[in-house]
Amino acid sequence: MSILQLKSEVYTAIRAHGEETYPHECCGALLGTHDESGWRVVDSVKAGNTRTDSAHNRYQIAPIELVRIQRAAREKGLEIAGFYHSHPDHPAQWSRTDFAEAHWLGCSYVITAVAKGKASVTNSFLLAGTTEEDKRFEQETIQVEASGELEDVQEVTSIKDQK
Amino acid sequence: MTIYIPTPLRTYAGGKDAIEIGAATVSEALNSLTNSYPELRKHLFTSEGKVRAFVNLYLNDEDVRYLPEKENSQVSGKDTLSIIPSIAGGTF
Repeated sequence: MSILQLKSEVYTAIRAHGEETYPHECCGALLGTHDESGWRVVDSVKAGNTRTDSAHNRYQIAPIELVRIQRAAREKGLEIAGFYHSHPDHPAQWSRTDFAEAHWLGCSYVITAVAKGKASVTNSFLLAGTTEEDKRFEQETIQVEASGELEDVQEVTSIKDQK
Repeated sequence: MTIYIPTPLRTYAGGKDAIEIGAATVSEALNSLTNSYPELRKHLFTSEGKVRAFVNLYLNDEDVRYLPEKENSQVSGKDTLSIIPSIAGGTF
């Protein structure tokens, strides 16, 4: 299982974002660096959810916002490491829609379940594979980095091999 | 012009996040890019040669799909072309 390292401020921020937008889905980008051990995320950027027609169970980030996030990340010497969103009153598991709409191979997709307005489980899934045809989600271990120390925080819920 | 490569495609672009290309149009720039880095082609285009539906192309801050000349839009040395795969999802 690969590892996603999150600075504690990032972990706290993305979960708080899910509570802020409840009962709607939140979404945003994760910025960091990559080495042989995987992604180390040091910053997150909130994004608007353009799916105002169905914001309680759908999210979409406007491409122009992604362009600006990518530009800003580059100026900071960071890369887009992945994305996060929330599942209001729904498990922190990727869905068929999440999978169908996932195209950032090699990046992490972090999902936080928000139950009755309170962030509960946060899981991360690496979009593995080399093409659209062989892509797959693989669950990652989330390590939260606080004061230079790492702590596993993942609460693994039942994982189904969906595709 | 400068073409910005998103994280997932850098593996197929020599590890670069930005590539300088001399071209007169967006289409020429993409052709030049994929001639230099052939492995990018299948990630950007369908087997029919059309840009994949989830691949967004932005000339500076403009979506190429909505430019009057689309991929035949003229470009100059100071222009940037951002390749951005889409991001979306939902609970089910």
